[in-house]
Amino acid sequence: MASPSTETPALPLHMRRERFDPPAEMREIREQPGLARVTTPIGRPAWLVTRYEDAREVLGDAARFSSAGLPVIPVPGTTPEEQRSGNLLMLDPPEHTRLRRLLTGEFTVKRIRRLQPRIAEIVDSHLDAMEQAGPPADLVPDFALPVPSLVICELLGVPYSDRAEFHRRAAKQLDLTRPLEERGMVAAQSRAYMAELVDRAFAAPGDDMLGMLVREHGDTLTRTELIGVASLLLIAGHETTANMLAIGTLALLRHPEQAALVRDDPNAAAPAVEELMRFLSVVHTGVPRTATAATRVGDQDIEAGDVLVVSLPAADRDRALVEDPDQLDVGRAASHHVAFGHGVHHCLGAPLARMEMATAFPALLRRFPTLAPAIPFSDVDFRSASVVYGLRSLPVTW
Amino acid sequence: MKIKADRDVCIGAGNCVLAAENVFDQDDDAIVVVLEESPEGKDADAARNAVGSCPSGALSLEE
Repeated sequence: MASPSTETPALPLHMRRERFDPPAEMREIREQPGLARVTTPIGRPAWLVTRYEDAREVLGDAARFSSAGLPVIPVPGTTPEEQRSGNLLMLDPPEHTRLRRLLTGEFTVKRIRRLQPRIAEIVDSHLDAMEQAGPPADLVPDFALPVPSLVICELLGVPYSDRAEFHRRAAKQLDLTRPLEERGMVAAQSRAYMAELVDRAFAAPGDDMLGMLVREHGDTLTRTELIGVASLLLIAGHETTANMLAIGTLALLRHPEQAALVRDDPNAAAPAVEELMRFLSVVHTGVPRTATAATRVGDQDIEAGDVLVVSLPAADRDRALVEDPDQLDVGRAASHHVAFGHGVHHCLGAPLARMEMATAFPALLRRFPTLAPAIPFSDVDFRSASVVYGLRSLPVTW
Repeated sequence: MKIKADRDVCIGAGNCVLAAENVFDQDDDAIVVVLEESPEGKDADAARNAVGSCPSGALSLEE
């Protein structure tokens, strides 16, 4: 099979990968002064930020670099204002701050630790099913995708029985090679689905997050905001972790001595998760930022209104962050990577994602100590043209 | 060492709690609470790490 970069030559540089790595060209750009120019998937010119310090500066300053400026994909039956409403990724402070603070209490380290036994149970039940069915298995539909999906469904209050439909819609919404009209149509279906769940929660709020938001903030949160927030949490809650679990497992299997460490040492999982996050940085970029005034990034002059995209994998492979950045080393001290983003938009669900990964990787490797890919590495189906990088499938045996 | 936390700037990411559990906690809204303003030894190292990992810039320290 052709590599992803030859398969889809039209992809902009900041969405291309060479298996686990950013394209070689990215390294050259990072080492040159100034910022390179790229074109976003919707055809807008933008500055490409690749250095770690520059990435932290841009993502860390929401006043100078706005997340709210960009046009949204047209969604039938919905105004752009309605689409932005509740979508934390496309809001600036103070509106962003107000909404985020309604949600952060659900994702404290303490709350997530209380969820750990249930996460372990969900992981184990999927491993049981794989074991009973026997090898081979496809790790994506059998483990990587259903585990975080069930977790976010229970947390949010989304019926898990609807997963086939929302998985399909999420994959299409994030696929940047699909025509804008199609992505808009699918987004409209997603909103309609979530609107039903939100209306049900307003009528009879349950013990889940939707119910909590209605009970405790129903007087300040609008229906549209709640639809936006819940739609974002559902997609962000399963697509990101699912892709990390699949491609992270493949990365570990390519480094058997590191997989053994994660399998055998209970203290190895947490730093290993940070290193896998850094090394793989599955989210290509966050939402493009718009400069609110003339400014400078590094030694590059930026004009007001200019768009900047920050390559998270490029920043996380910068020598300014770690030694030997292109080596996976799960034994190294956890780094301050930007795979979860940086600044006010830093991943809200990071404590949950970390817990899911720190539970799932060791459990998988312990259950199947001889786990191995069932296909040659050159045949692995990497998924590049999506907002979240990962694998379409991963046949495994044991 | 003295740690300062700006609770208005904090976004509740929880990185500090994971990096230095003896030094930082979160309230029910996930906003940072400093448990130990002047940590020593291992906790001081962990606190420095926590300040570096803070995504919002809410944490600072005076050595």
